[in-house]
Amino acid sequence: MNIDVTVNGRKMNFNIECDEYLVDTLRRYGFLSVKKGCDTGSCGLCTVWVEEKPVLSCSTLSVRVSGKNITTIEALQKDALEFAEFMAGEGAEQCGFCAPGFTMTVLAMKKELENPTEEDIVHYLNGNLCRCTGYVSQLRAIKKYMGVES
Amino acid sequence: MFTFSKYLLASSLEEAYDMLVKNKNNAILGGTAYIKMGNRRLSTAIDLSALDLSFIKEEGENIEIGAMTTFRDIETSDILKKKFSGIVACSVEDIVGVQLRNVVTAGATVFSKYGFSDFIPALLALDTSVVLFNAGEIPLDKFLESDIKQDILVKILIKNKPAKGSFQTIRKSNSDYAVLNVVAANLVDGIRIAVGARPGKAVLAAKAMEKINTDGLTEDNIEDICQVASEELTFGDNMRASGKYRKAVCKVMLKRALMEVM
Repeated sequence: MNIDVTVNGRKMNFNIECDEYLVDTLRRYGFLSVKKGCDTGSCGLCTVWVEEKPVLSCSTLSVRVSGKNITTIEALQKDALEFAEFMAGEGAEQCGFCAPGFTMTVLAMKKELENPTEEDIVHYLNGNLCRCTGYVSQLRAIKKYMGVES
Repeated sequence: MFTFSKYLLASSLEEAYDMLVKNKNNAILGGTAYIKMGNRRLSTAIDLSALDLSFIKEEGENIEIGAMTTFRDIETSDILKKKFSGIVACSVEDIVGVQLRNVVTAGATVFSKYGFSDFIPALLALDTSVVLFNAGEIPLDKFLESDIKQDILVKILIKNKPAKGSFQTIRKSNSDYAVLNVVAANLVDGIRIAVGARPGKAVLAAKAMEKINTDGLTEDNIEDICQVASEELTFGDNMRASGKYRKAVCKVMLKRALMEVM
């Protein structure tokens, strides 16, 4: 079947299987920033925005995004670079495999939460796992990026 | 691997129901986050996304939650954060991450009667019923005991009356499934106690509730009431905990919950 979608501001037509998940569709159409990690809805690697809300593309059927706006990190390079500098400054980046999904969640949080506390940040990012860096340096970087007082 | 061969974006509940009952291998799609981890091979998957079933509103004597309302909507709902000490909103806030909660739907969780659910015990401790397309309105505890399989959960109704609630959960890690959930709610017509993730589906601790209604709830009898609840319920083993552990911890969690709602 075919669906019309807008990905990163560009109108596209996807040919999909009706039971296909969005992570597979996006990767097949070249959006390789969208990583396939656990494929069980646990790790956050595959996070994209659908209508500006962060969702797991491994748990979202492609057919359900018909007519909707999808955003991947390819469209947010300026914001992602700004955030990456905070991460690098705190030594919070290592292998980088989780970075696209993690960054998509952080950027969504910045839009959604005003003046978050440290607790709010940790809670919002519960669904993003990082297996190499650990979370303390990441939290330092995010707090600086969000302008949260220590 | 979860698969289906045909997809129907229903334009009405009638159309969805007619398709559902045509074949026992047809099913209603919820958020599709959990079902994908199984091996179901559906014939036609029926999608309710176009039926405006995503809402949380105060309507008459109820708070209504539409079947397609996401857990994130529930978590951030101003209505649900204020009512019942916030236990309904609180019950879903630790489920994996925001991105999953933006996908998971209330209707699918309740209709599937998931044993691990955090949401169902919170509803069960309140005066809640479900509205099914074919069977109509049924109290949640009766629905959980029923064997209804081919129907459509349209919305969830929570009686909008004053209640003080407490949601207690224990998890091995923050975003893991619960080892046990215990919820108490002090309603105008008595205290209700629901226990979930036993790991079987959530149930009411009926004998403990009866004892409270007969003897009252005081600091002197609270331990006895918790003992009654842990004795009347069955607890099983799974990879997260043994039944013995669940039984022991149930008493402690229930005591904390009851002390909060006294």
